[in-house]
Amino acid sequence: MGHSAPRIATIDGIVEEIGTLLGSMLIETVDHADELTFIVARDGLPQALTLLRDHAEYQQLMEIAGIDYPDRPERFEVAYHLLSVTRNHRIRVKVSTDEDTPVPTVTHLWPVAGWLEREVFDMYGVVFDGNTDLRRILTDYGFKGHPQRKDFPLTGYVELRYSEEDKRVVYEPVKLAQDFRSFDFMSPWEGAQYVLPGDEKAVAPAAPAAPTPKTTEKKADTGAGEAANKAAETKSGDAPAKPAAATDEGKGAAKPEDKA
Amino acid sequence: MADYLDELEHRTDAADPSYGDTEIQNYTINFGPQHPAAHGVLRLVMELDGEIVERCDPHVGLLHRGTEKLIEYKTYMQALPYFDRLDYCSPLGMEHSYVLAIEKLLNLEVPLRAQYLRVFFAELTRICNHMLNLGSHVMDVGAMTPNLWLFEIREDCLNFFERASGARMHSAYFRPGGVHQDVPLKLLTDIADWLDGRLPRLFEDAISLVADNRIFKQRNVDIAVVSKEDALKWGFSGPMIRGSGIPWDIRKSQPYDVYDRMEFDVPVGTQFDCYDRFMVRVEEVRQSARIMKQCLNEMPDGPIASFDRKVVPPKRGEMKRSMEALIHHFKLYTEGFHVPAGEVYVATESPKGEFGVYLVSDGSNKPYRCKIRPTAFSHLQAMDFMMKGHMLADTTAVLGAMDIVFGECDR
Repeated sequence: MGHSAPRIATIDGIVEEIGTLLGSMLIETVDHADELTFIVARDGLPQALTLLRDHAEYQQLMEIAGIDYPDRPERFEVAYHLLSVTRNHRIRVKVSTDEDTPVPTVTHLWPVAGWLEREVFDMYGVVFDGNTDLRRILTDYGFKGHPQRKDFPLTGYVELRYSEEDKRVVYEPVKLAQDFRSFDFMSPWEGAQYVLPGDEKAVAPAAPAAPTPKTTEKKADTGAGEAANKAAETKSGDAPAKPAAATDEGKGAAKPEDKA
Repeated sequence: MADYLDELEHRTDAADPSYGDTEIQNYTINFGPQHPAAHGVLRLVMELDGEIVERCDPHVGLLHRGTEKLIEYKTYMQALPYFDRLDYCSPLGMEHSYVLAIEKLLNLEVPLRAQYLRVFFAELTRICNHMLNLGSHVMDVGAMTPNLWLFEIREDCLNFFERASGARMHSAYFRPGGVHQDVPLKLLTDIADWLDGRLPRLFEDAISLVADNRIFKQRNVDIAVVSKEDALKWGFSGPMIRGSGIPWDIRKSQPYDVYDRMEFDVPVGTQFDCYDRFMVRVEEVRQSARIMKQCLNEMPDGPIASFDRKVVPPKRGEMKRSMEALIHHFKLYTEGFHVPAGEVYVATESPKGEFGVYLVSDGSNKPYRCKIRPTAFSHLQAMDFMMKGHMLADTTAVLGAMDIVFGECDR
C-alpha cells in the first residue's frame, strides 16, 4: 500500500505533453516519488510558466523555494510549485542560478510571486530581474547577509539586547558561552572521509615501526667497541656505520621508556 | 454644467469655502505591531485618504525565528516539535504535513488505526483552530460574548489534546510512521459525548448570536470581495479559496490518510466576501464534527505506529526485555533515521489552508532543506488589493476573516 501522503492521480502522458509544450526550454525531467520536476533554462522561465499556466491549466503558483548547493557551479536552485485545480495535479519547475545572475521575475503572471521572490532574495540573495519591490521580508530591518545559505552560521553574526544604559536596543557580535556543537553520525566503517576526534593515530602517518630485533650474527653487531687486535681494523670500513645505526635505534626505543 | 464651469473659472470659493483654502493630504499610519486586532505581530503601514485605505503594506517577519534553518541542523525526529510552534493555534495540522512528507520519502506504510487517529485529531485541531478564529473575528468587529463561549469549546479541545499527548498545545503527537501513543478508550467516549452534546450546544448558541446579526453583517457583508480569478492568482487556499467560490479542498481532491473513507461536504461561498469566509469556517466546524464521528465509528483496533524499527522507536516496555529494542531506541534517539535522497512537496489541508512542506533529503539523518509553505504568506500579501477603497475599520474584519497566525507566517 505504501505511504499515506496526499494521493495525486498521475495523468497519462503528462510528461510528453509538457515536454512538447516547453520544447527547447526544457533541460531535464525528473520523475521521483510520484512527483514531476521540470528543470528549465533560466532565461525561458517566464515563457515556460506562461505556457504551463495558459495551455496546461496550472493556474496556481503555490510556492517558490530556494535551495543552496554550494558545491555546484550555479549554487542556487529555485523551485516553483504549480498546482492545477482543474486537473488536480502538481508539478515543480526548477531553474538554477548563482549569486550574481538574476532570475526573471514571474510577478506579472502571478502577483503572489512578489512576496515569494522577496523571501528567496532575503534568504539566499537570489536576485529577481523585474521584481520592483525586492526588499527583505522576514529578516530584521537593516539585516546583513542571507541566512539560509549553507555557509551562513546557524547562530548568525550579531545578537541584540536592550541596553539599560543606552535605553535602546543595541546590536553586538554573537558571543557564545560554548562552541556551537554539531554532531554527525558518520561511521568510519561506512565511508566517513575524515579523522574522528580521538582517532588521530589511526590515520596519522605511520609511527616508526618497532625496532627490528637485535641480532648478533656478525661480530660487529655485538657493539663491543673497538677491535682489540689490529688485524680486525682492516675490515672496519663498514663496521662503524652499523653500530651507529644500532645506537640510534636504541635511543628511539628508549624514549617511551623514559616517559613512562 | 454651470457648476462645472464655475469651478473652472475658480468662482466657487464662496459657495464651497474649502475649495482652494485647505489642502488635503493622504497620511500614513502604522497599524500594529502591537495592535490587539493584528493577531500577533503584524505591522501594517497604511496610507489613508481620510478613513479610506489607499495603500496597505504589511510588514511581516517580526516573529521570524529561523525555523527552516534550525531544522537543517536537527534530525528528522528532532525537527518535528518545531512544527507545533509554527501555527500554534493548530499544531497538529502542521505536524501532519511534515510526517507525511517523511513517510513519502521513506515510502513507509502507516497502520490503519494510526491513520484514523491522525484524521481524528487533525479534525479536532480544525475545530480548535476555528474556535479561536471565529471568536476573535467577531470580537474584532465588536461582539464580545461569542468569543467567550467559543473559548469554552477551545478549552475542551485543549484538554482532549492534553489527555491524548500530555501537552495542551505543542503535542508532538504525530510521528513518522504513526502517532506517539494510543489513546485511552475513555478519552474517545468522552469526545464522542462532547461531539453530541456540549460542542453543538455551545457552538450553535454562539453562532446564532452573530450569523444573522445585523451589526455583524454590516461589518462583513461585501467587505473585501475576492473573485475566483483573483483567488487563483494570489495563491489562496483553504477557507479563503472556498470563500471565493472554488470548491477546492485537499482532503477531498488529494486525500491523505483515511480522508478518502470519510463523508463530508465542502462548503463554498457565494458572495466572496468576509461574511462568506466566516460562514465557510462555521460550516467546516460542523463537517469536522461529522468526520470525527465517522472516525469513532470506524476506527479499528491495532498498532498505532509502524513496526519498522529503523524508523519508529520501540516502547519502553519492549526495551526492558529486548536487547535489540534497546539498540534501536538508542540509535533512533541519537543518530535518528536516514531518509533516502530525493525531494517531495507534501501539502495538506490545514485549518488555515494549504500547508506545504518541501523536503529535500540528501540521504543523511538531517533534512538538507525543509521549505515550509505557510498559508498566511499568500493571504496576507493580498491584503493590499483587498483593502483598497475600504474603510480603516474594515481592516480588522479582513484580517479576522483571513485567519493569520504569525508563528506560521514568519516561521
